Amino acid sequence: MADDPTDFVIAGKTLRSRLVLGTGGISSTEVLGAVIEASGSSLATVAVRRVDPAASGGILEVLRTHGVGVLPNTAGCYTATEAVLTAKLAREAFDTDWVKLEVIGDEDTLLPDAVELLDAAEQLCDQGFVVLPYTNDDPVLARRLEQAGCAAVMPLGAPIGTGLGIRNPHNIALIAQRCSVPVVLDAGIGTASDAALAMELGCAGVMVATAITRARQPARMAGAFRHAVDAGYQARLAGRIPRRYLAQASSPVEGTPDL
Amino acid sequence: MVVNGAPRTLAPGATVSDLVSLWCPSPDGIAVARNREVVPRSEWPSTPLSPRDVVEIVTAAAGG
Repeated sequence: MADDPTDFVIAGKTLRSRLVLGTGGISSTEVLGAVIEASGSSLATVAVRRVDPAASGGILEVLRTHGVGVLPNTAGCYTATEAVLTAKLAREAFDTDWVKLEVIGDEDTLLPDAVELLDAAEQLCDQGFVVLPYTNDDPVLARRLEQAGCAAVMPLGAPIGTGLGIRNPHNIALIAQRCSVPVVLDAGIGTASDAALAMELGCAGVMVATAITRARQPARMAGAFRHAVDAGYQARLAGRIPRRYLAQASSPVEGTPDL
Repeated sequence: MVVNGAPRTLAPGATVSDLVSLWCPSPDGIAVARNREVVPRSEWPSTPLSPRDVVEIVTAAAGG
């Protein structure tokens, strides 16, 4: 976990916000602009897809206009080979060597394929990419990815798009404690309190896409996440009280009148 | 050749640059793979395409 109480640094780059925005599911470039403003995010993911000559496009322009860094992903890749080629295309297209590495195992769960993921991560790190892998909530795999040279690890809270929240908070806390690179919770977030929990568990940041982009009011939800990420982070720094089995009076017992 | 999954006929001697200018209003934010290899932007003008090539022209889309 990042020890510095103020800076969120990945691969030597300081990010203004601990909330990483996923653009998947956004309904328009106008909504994207409003979401960026409300979220305060300084990094947002994009997918690499075929050019549609009929499409109006513009997502890169919106990100650039708002000073938001582009984090290309390899969504839709099932093998290390596909993911590595996609990362290389992204580097060429967007002039960045950062990549959010996704290598999934099946289309129903969209869970990462650990074997292909680690293979792709090793190849991309060797080729100088700044690799942020979307990974299972597995502390051992997270360490292996870190050892491969990944700049951060992005364990899932729950499968992509489910909004089920953090299904295994113990593992997320373990990952945050045992990794020395930033841990950014990714996927499964349903609402703002899930993001606060991620930060309380020790994550350095949270990535949110669907929970914002498919909310009834995306910009309002983006603002809620901005506050939640900060609230969770501040709460962790402040130090929660220990859990107790029985009640402990907060009012003094001494001086209680004999009535 | 096949471009983004669909058959396409190009003039003999056409290069990657020619194809990109046909396909995209601007080359900004674009990358090209030819037969599963990235063609660096600097090599677009000097890379001729052949009828058996499989080309992917990609850009950013909302995602992730």
